[in-house]
Amino acid sequence: MAALEQLTKEYESARTDPGFTAELADLLKNYAARPTLVSEARRFGQEFAGGARVLLKREDLAHTGSHKINNVLGQVLLTKRMGKTRVIAETGAGQHGVATATACALLGLECVVYMGEEDTRRQALNVSRMRMLGAEVIPVKTGTRTLKDAMNDAFRDWVASVDNTHYCIGSVGGPHPFPMMVRDFQRIIGVEARQQVLDLTGELPDVVVACVGGGSNAIGVFHAFIPDAGVRLVGCEAGGDGDGQADRTAATLSLGSPGVLHGMRTYVLQDDEGQTLDTHSISAGLDYPGVGPEHSWLKDTGRAEYRSVSDAEAMAGFSALCRTEGIIPALESSHAIAGAMQLGRELGPDALILVNLSGRGDKDVATASAYFGV
Amino acid sequence: MANGGIANDSVANDSAVTAAFAKAAAEDRAALVGYLPAGFPDRDTAIKAALAMAEAGADVIEVGLPYSDPLMDGPVIADAVYKSLRNGTRIADVLDLVRAITDAGTAALVMTYWNPVDAYGVEAFARDLVSAGGAGLITPDLTPEEAGEWLEVSDKYGLDRVFLVAPSSTERRIEEITSLCRGFVYAVSLMGITGARDQLSASAAGVVERTRAHTKLPVAVGVGVSNAAQAREVAGFADGVIVGSAFVRGISAAPDNAAAVAAVRALAADLASGVRR
Repeated sequence: MAALEQLTKEYESARTDPGFTAELADLLKNYAARPTLVSEARRFGQEFAGGARVLLKREDLAHTGSHKINNVLGQVLLTKRMGKTRVIAETGAGQHGVATATACALLGLECVVYMGEEDTRRQALNVSRMRMLGAEVIPVKTGTRTLKDAMNDAFRDWVASVDNTHYCIGSVGGPHPFPMMVRDFQRIIGVEARQQVLDLTGELPDVVVACVGGGSNAIGVFHAFIPDAGVRLVGCEAGGDGDGQADRTAATLSLGSPGVLHGMRTYVLQDDEGQTLDTHSISAGLDYPGVGPEHSWLKDTGRAEYRSVSDAEAMAGFSALCRTEGIIPALESSHAIAGAMQLGRELGPDALILVNLSGRGDKDVATASAYFGV
Repeated sequence: MANGGIANDSVANDSAVTAAFAKAAAEDRAALVGYLPAGFPDRDTAIKAALAMAEAGADVIEVGLPYSDPLMDGPVIADAVYKSLRNGTRIADVLDLVRAITDAGTAALVMTYWNPVDAYGVEAFARDLVSAGGAGLITPDLTPEEAGEWLEVSDKYGLDRVFLVAPSSTERRIEEITSLCRGFVYAVSLMGITGARDQLSASAAGVVERTRAHTKLPVAVGVGVSNAAQAREVAGFADGVIVGSAFVRGISAAPDNAAAVAAVRALAADLASGVRR
């Protein structure tokens, strides 16, 4: 608790400190390669999305290959500012872990990443990347051995190490101030994209689509569009393989109920006595039984809508984007691609759809090869 | 009895927990508070182990409500609660264990993460806990800011509410937390998760002293105590000694259920000798 109070205070002072914001802006531009592109996906739109005009926000082109670097650079600068020397992180797909290891290498901080043992197997490439970057990767063997358990162990580390350690949470979840702070660091995605779409087309998109696990890339791209009442915001959750069975999915907003998990009140996949359910998704990064509380709010107020995309639909999206655009998306982002295919068919050729392509799929080639038998 | 037995200023209280601390203080010793998770190693053995713990000298028993994401617990307790949940333990089993302990005349509290209580319904949980004879709840992950409903319901049902203070807590925070506690205050002896330590942290005495400046409630120290020598050390400055992981480890290491119960009984007897100053 004392650590959260300290972090809140430090963040409040940093966000209005011109020195801090200038340093972060410099890193985002000259290290992380922002602004990222918006690319038009013509063949994909024609062949797979009902002829709709589809634009991709290319977070896959940010340094380290996903949007995760935006948040990490902010939090690691904050770590330095607090005089702490060690950073810990949880990771599912490994993209947040890689981003954290990268930023720690850049700024000379010790880095420890907790990752579910199941995920170290299916995202082995990212484990190697983290280790090459000098981070220690600790496979977590408790519970379901996925993202939620990695987060549990990171919290356990933090309560004992808080004097010299910052816990760099990778999504818009956890206790205050994390959901707000991570949202603030990710909202640059939507701020850039909104202007880029206007510059390119002269209008706002009809729909903005993103995948939702914890929900950081989705909040990042949605946030600047929230005041634009005419823009639909659609989050695509991981439906898994279970035809709506609650323990074979990670579609928290679609199938969960309100509860408390990891220090936040939000939708949770849980049983009737509040025990967290096992989750399943082909994508490690979406395989999480909670969701950022701001998404719960957006759902309850009706400002955003959430749909469940199955493993099979996501893999069809993955394949479609590879073959029509020459872009290998992350399995997480493939859920948003699949959502765009559905929305394009629902809305027809006049629709303008912005998809947040949150990460690249190099880490997923083994899973995809096995899935498609290639 | 400098610290035991005096209730929170605002609410008259003579719960079984309060009485147990008062009795220990009258005997010029610290109270022994033992923890066991319900349903571990199985439903019936957990009941036998708890009764053995009480017979051997535990003054208060904390019944752990197994939860899927025990953030504040180290590997010993976490593994035990995962096993309990795989055994199919339900809240009804937790309440049955409470009933067995209180029927035998020992005070029992439930130690629980908040989400199971939230899902069950705070008022329904309080009502059923009272029916089982339970004295209240220890809530490690419920912050005072989020505790509004529990404060109301625990007042209505006369239940104890035990929140945790830590060495990192500011004076303002200790004041806020102790003002909401009833029964006793749980002082975490060091920064970290549950689990036995070879050496007790020097911060334990400090946090107890700081807590006493804010409350007349008994202050019990948890996290890290595993043997009579450590219990004696803690009893030198605290009103209660809380032991959890050492009991669970004794059960885990036992070759069979009878040995598990015997291990709990032996450790409780050893610790009970330690809390006598």
